[in-house]
Amino acid sequence: MAEGATNHWLSPLNRRRWANFKANRRGYVSAWLLVVLFVLTLFAEFLANDKPIIVVFRGEVFAPVVKDYPETAFGGAFDTAADYRDKYVRELIEANGWMLWPPVRFSFDTVNFDLPVPAPAPPSAVNWLGTDDQGRDVMARLIYGLRLSLLFGLILAAVSSVVGIAAGAVQGYFGGWVDLLFQRAIEIWSGMPQLFILIIVSAVIAPGFWTLLGVLLLFSWTALVAVVRAEFLRARNFDYVRAARALGVPDVTIMTRHVLPNAMVAALTYLPFVVSGAIAALTSLDFLGLGLPPGSASLGELLRQGKENLQAPWLAFTGFTAIAVLLTLLVFVGEAVRDAFDARKATQP
Amino acid sequence: MSRDVKPPPTPPLLVVENLAVTFGQGASAVQAVRGISFTLERGESLALVGESGSGKSATALSILQLLPYPKAHHPKGRIRFKGHDLLGANEKTLRSVRGGRIGMVFQEPMSSLNPLHAIERQIGEALTAHGAQGNAGIKPRVIELLRKVGFPDAEQRLGALPHELSGGQRQRVMLAMALANTPDLLIADEPTTALDVTIQAQILALLRELRAQMGLSLLFITHDLAIARAIADRVCVMKDGQIIEQGSVAEVLSNPKHDYTRQLVQAQPKPQARSAAVSDTPVMIAENLKCWFPIRRGIIRRTVGHIKAVDGVSLSLKPGRTLGVVGESGSGKSALALALLRLAESEGAITFEGQRIDGLKPAAMRPLRRQIQIVFQDPFGSLSPRLSIREIVGEGLSVHDKLSDVERDARVAEALTDVGLDSAIMDRYPHEFSGGQRQRIAIARALVLRPKVLVLDEPTSALDVSVQAQLIDLLRALQTKYGMAYLFISHDLRVIRAMADDVMVMKDGTVQESGPAATVLNAPTQAYTQALMAAAFELKAV
Repeated sequence: MAEGATNHWLSPLNRRRWANFKANRRGYVSAWLLVVLFVLTLFAEFLANDKPIIVVFRGEVFAPVVKDYPETAFGGAFDTAADYRDKYVRELIEANGWMLWPPVRFSFDTVNFDLPVPAPAPPSAVNWLGTDDQGRDVMARLIYGLRLSLLFGLILAAVSSVVGIAAGAVQGYFGGWVDLLFQRAIEIWSGMPQLFILIIVSAVIAPGFWTLLGVLLLFSWTALVAVVRAEFLRARNFDYVRAARALGVPDVTIMTRHVLPNAMVAALTYLPFVVSGAIAALTSLDFLGLGLPPGSASLGELLRQGKENLQAPWLAFTGFTAIAVLLTLLVFVGEAVRDAFDARKATQP
Repeated sequence: MSRDVKPPPTPPLLVVENLAVTFGQGASAVQAVRGISFTLERGESLALVGESGSGKSATALSILQLLPYPKAHHPKGRIRFKGHDLLGANEKTLRSVRGGRIGMVFQEPMSSLNPLHAIERQIGEALTAHGAQGNAGIKPRVIELLRKVGFPDAEQRLGALPHELSGGQRQRVMLAMALANTPDLLIADEPTTALDVTIQAQILALLRELRAQMGLSLLFITHDLAIARAIADRVCVMKDGQIIEQGSVAEVLSNPKHDYTRQLVQAQPKPQARSAAVSDTPVMIAENLKCWFPIRRGIIRRTVGHIKAVDGVSLSLKPGRTLGVVGESGSGKSALALALLRLAESEGAITFEGQRIDGLKPAAMRPLRRQIQIVFQDPFGSLSPRLSIREIVGEGLSVHDKLSDVERDARVAEALTDVGLDSAIMDRYPHEFSGGQRQRIAIARALVLRPKVLVLDEPTSALDVSVQAQLIDLLRALQTKYGMAYLFISHDLRVIRAMADDVMVMKDGTVQESGPAATVLNAPTQAYTQALMAAAFELKAV
């Protein structure tokens, strides 16, 4: 996105779209916030972890975030991985060197055993957003949960648009029987009760990140088919498509080179909403306990904790705020993208 | 055909003084009309002639104050109708003038009529809006009006909805509405441009007749000098928002003073001596070609009949020669072109250089495609907006020839030079070019493959006359240079006369008459062809 600001390699049309996108201040700011949020959470291990980022011990440099070191490396007794939160290990290291901790000294699954009150503990200087009912730091879980949600949403949106655009393109371009059969199949398919199928699937196989992605993909790819198909149906009778056929250009080339750019406008406009839909779907599955395996950090799991621990409002409040902000940002970006591709706004500089 | 203008006994009906029309404000303002003056006497017919963008329609609309105000405004000028100022007049005065004292007809009759109301109601509305009351009085008046505009069976047609009428009939209904309150002035904005030539001739005849009958003044806006000659006493030639020449029709058209007018008059395509055919062996032959579209009904989509777009057409194309295909809209000309290119399903033998191509699979057809190319009518729709000129023109080469980038660029540059464009434009995009230039690019795209057959589907119809003439010269030059066979499709017989060696007249998918151009155009034998030629060349309704 940042390269777009230079503008030199953009066609005039795309330059105007970029200007329209920027003109929607709310969407533009939201897009930057999302990018910053995404990049930050990508490095969640360096933001919230129960291991220091760097340890310098007797002149030697260790990077516990990327590599496990046995306690014996720091002069400890056990040959197992060092627990840097342990007071004994900490004193060992600090006697002969120093360590650099991440801002949050908990990972998503670190249990804080030093809580002054029974879990869930309210926000404090140690646990900035409090802990959940198992004594895990909410801030750390939020950071990891956001990363998971954003990654899940982006991957699902990307894969389902590839499948959806390909299916819509084939239907629209060839029309006739291909279109008729495909359309009926999609209608039947989208009539299936999604949630029940997910419940059944999660009962048969243990759901993980990729299985959930696969199962949700089974249903989400149809979202883009309709718009892409419509664009292809329209464009296949354009004179320049006819001219390309008269030139003997193969169908696949015509589809990708002449027709797809038209359809991409409609697809791109939909994309932010597909992402937010995917995030909401994952969150609701986790909330119901049908999603990711127990213990993994996710926004839905946080919401469920909030529901089960109404006496600890920081749980529900954090979960709600995170979801609301994330989805709102995505919708704002979606609006700005829609503005950018709106031909009626083309006159703006 | 000149009619002498007598000195007026009363002040002129319409006086336009120094009128200017500007759209928008500040730096982005567009001056559509820049200070024009003309007068229109009672009973006189004045034609405003100009190419697209000359400001003729803006002038017509400002008389009735129908421009999109306040985006449009008049920095200066005055419009006086029967001694009253119309510019800046209040709504009440304007309402009584619009449709009352001044009637107006537009180019596109389908979008000017309400599709949901019967024509009786729409014409009746024009009457009630100006004070007529009671159903009893209105119905006979509507019938009378319909008779006047050429519906002999007016009583039966009262309940007709716009979609049940043909284009010509809709324009007649529009005329009836405009004439409902016996106006003094009728403004007609390109009223025949969307119609076929035979219908155009009928409408022009009707307008002449109505003028004589009702003593109507006529302000006629057109891009076509031949129509101006047929309908007007005086003519104003407009260019870039200014009137550059005005005078009586005979004077202006036979002895144009201004360069631009001279250019317009000369731009009417003229036939030229043809070079002999390169060879007499046809390069492409079609026999008994049929292109039928099934009409399907019911749940199981049973075929209940066929729309016969092309029904048993035979033709042969010879190198270096042009076959002109003429026909009105819906006659199957374009379907014929698509069938020949094997872009539409068809029956019947198509032979290209002795090889049957009608049964070929797409893959077998592909190598032959470079030999048979097409240029479409709409220069704005036929170029992919997202590709550069280099990519558009070079696309065919990348399919058919394995060339290096340098070789391909050289071929593209050569094709662009051939069509009279600078090869430096390769990295630009279609939207940066005018309609005429885009059409040249489309020709270059076909030409770069060195085809033996070039199908031209109304290549000049979307262009202004002066650009049209240039394009026709270019096409002739290219044919001489490369010896291509042309299949030239057009509804415009003047263009066909300028281009074609042989002519084929189509109607409802069948060939009405075919033969050498001189014979078919000058001495047609079939009744339909005769009517078509009279309508096209003499604007006479038969």
